Amino acid sequence: MIAVLGALSEAWDEVRVHKSRVVLSLVGVFLAVFAMTSVTALGLIVAQVQQEGAERGSGRPATVAVNAYDPMTGMPPDAAEWDAAVAELVDRHGITTAATISYGEGLFRLPGGTQRLQTMRVSPAYGELHRKEPVEGRWLREGDRTSLSPALVVNEAFLELLGVPDLSSRPTVVLGGPTPVRATIVGVIREGYGSEPIVYRADRSGGPWDAPGAVDPATAMYAGPSTLELWVPPDQAEQVMEVVARDLGAALDVQVDTYRQDASGLEETLAMLRLAIRCAGIVVLVLGGLGVLNIGLVTVRQRIREIGVRRSFGATSGRIFSAVMLESVCATALAGVAAVGCSIVLVRNLPLEQLLNDGIPLADTPGFPVAAAVEGLVAATAVGALAGLLPALIAVRAKVIDAIRF
Amino acid sequence: MSLLSLSGISRRVDLPDGSVLPILTGVDLQLAAGEHVSIVGRSGSGKSTLLNILGLLDSPTEGEYLLDGEPTDHLRARRRSRLRGEVFGFVFQQFNLLPRRTAAENVAAPLLYARGRDFLRRRRTALEMLDRVGLGARADQVPERLSGGEQQRVAIARALVRSPRVVLADEPTGALDVETGAQVMALLAQATAENGAALVTITHDLSVAALAGRRFRLEGGRLSPLVESGALNAATADRGTA
Repeated sequence: MIAVLGALSEAWDEVRVHKSRVVLSLVGVFLAVFAMTSVTALGLIVAQVQQEGAERGSGRPATVAVNAYDPMTGMPPDAAEWDAAVAELVDRHGITTAATISYGEGLFRLPGGTQRLQTMRVSPAYGELHRKEPVEGRWLREGDRTSLSPALVVNEAFLELLGVPDLSSRPTVVLGGPTPVRATIVGVIREGYGSEPIVYRADRSGGPWDAPGAVDPATAMYAGPSTLELWVPPDQAEQVMEVVARDLGAALDVQVDTYRQDASGLEETLAMLRLAIRCAGIVVLVLGGLGVLNIGLVTVRQRIREIGVRRSFGATSGRIFSAVMLESVCATALAGVAAVGCSIVLVRNLPLEQLLNDGIPLADTPGFPVAAAVEGLVAATAVGALAGLLPALIAVRAKVIDAIRF
Repeated sequence: MSLLSLSGISRRVDLPDGSVLPILTGVDLQLAAGEHVSIVGRSGSGKSTLLNILGLLDSPTEGEYLLDGEPTDHLRARRRSRLRGEVFGFVFQQFNLLPRRTAAENVAAPLLYARGRDFLRRRRTALEMLDRVGLGARADQVPERLSGGEQQRVAIARALVRSPRVVLADEPTGALDVETGAQVMALLAQATAENGAALVTITHDLSVAALAGRRFRLEGGRLSPLVESGALNAATADRGTA
């Protein structure tokens, strides 16, 4: 125990006495660990941004899309029958999240005049399935489906058309048509490109489109007037598609098409990204380690006389070895702690959502990865041990008599 | 029983051209506890080699070296190191203080290799030793700020800090002026006597050698008792060649 304390004390003394040299030798290791830890942590956040971005567009893994229509007429099934069949299906198979979306156009009375804008009628669960995170207000909820004033979630371009900067004035907009209705804007999302307005509306809310069959498939933009989306475990997606097509087809006597619509290959892409980041970190760390080794080799030759004197005090070979080695390990471990600390401060304080995600709050913001911090510390210590090995061997092999005379 | 006993000690070195260089030949020496012995000799006569063998820094090629009656030739490296730290204290001609460490840290350095209380109380013990050599007030000075005499006093304190049974001093006054050298030597003799340690001094200086109870002359690798008139001649000759 005393021997260990002595070796540590000796190593620490050496680090303390030769602060400038130690600090210089550690710049490389500090930067390497800092880079590796920061990049690993940032990599996780970038991966999360990528994942959430992909999920906003095409749903979470695995999202199974279902379209049903009469093969003769192309018309969708009766809405009430469809709702009942879907409810029964969801209940029977224990599917926790099922959402619908249909595309149509609506007349909006805006300050610049009435405009026909594309509108997406979605069920509230669509927000969960597509990670819709409003930057202001809220997403649609169940109560909106029975509201007499349709709830709208729009993007910032729409707000601009409406001439309001935010939701503080509780803006409303009149939906035109044969029976106009005043809709309430309940949330703002950051979505779309440039000045393209985007509008989401609760699928069963009051207004001109609430009558069954009101959506004309001829004006719908995609395959059918309404698409059902089911969030299922990825490993069961194939099985679900088969069962859903069979059950709904039999229940409604319609053609049912199913396909998996979430982004494929995302996991592989992210794994490649992480691997590339890790490889870059390792290369930087090796370069930093070479710097420590280089300075360690020069230093140990300058310390030969001191090593000889210590041998005359009774220092064993093992003690000399461990002191030189520990000096390197202590120093690099300290550099590792400093680097990880700086990395945590950096990653926690960078406006990452602004920089990486266009200001859209992440639904699941990853914390600073403990694994990256531990990895950084272990890597720094390991580099110190490896870089200290050669100087320690040289120190042990120095002949005491020659060392004293040196 | 002698504390140290050397019988027929020889040390030879193989040279790169295949020849053998004898450094010590048939050296016999006994040293009792608390005794003060001096060895004089010309440069290259083997004085430092003898000191290294005594201090377990080097091993003889032939002969028997007993420490406390125990042969040292079969000691493992680890045991030799431990004995070196526990039994011997070294004073070098060039002081060999650890650079950029304070006087107190230098004196405490050998206690890093001690055990138990000696290790844990090393700072306090070092300060006490510095007080004993009159440098208590300069404990926090680094060697670069100390005079030659002060540095050698720090080195003496360092040699004595583990209460060794033998102090081996290799030209302890060699880097000092005559007056400072005399003061340092007096201090070394006094401090070792107070500690009850034996003192082996290797020197060119006859006046330094004269402080010892027994004096030897090393010439051509052979150790012999110093005859005063011969010693004077040797010292004179050494000064002429130095």
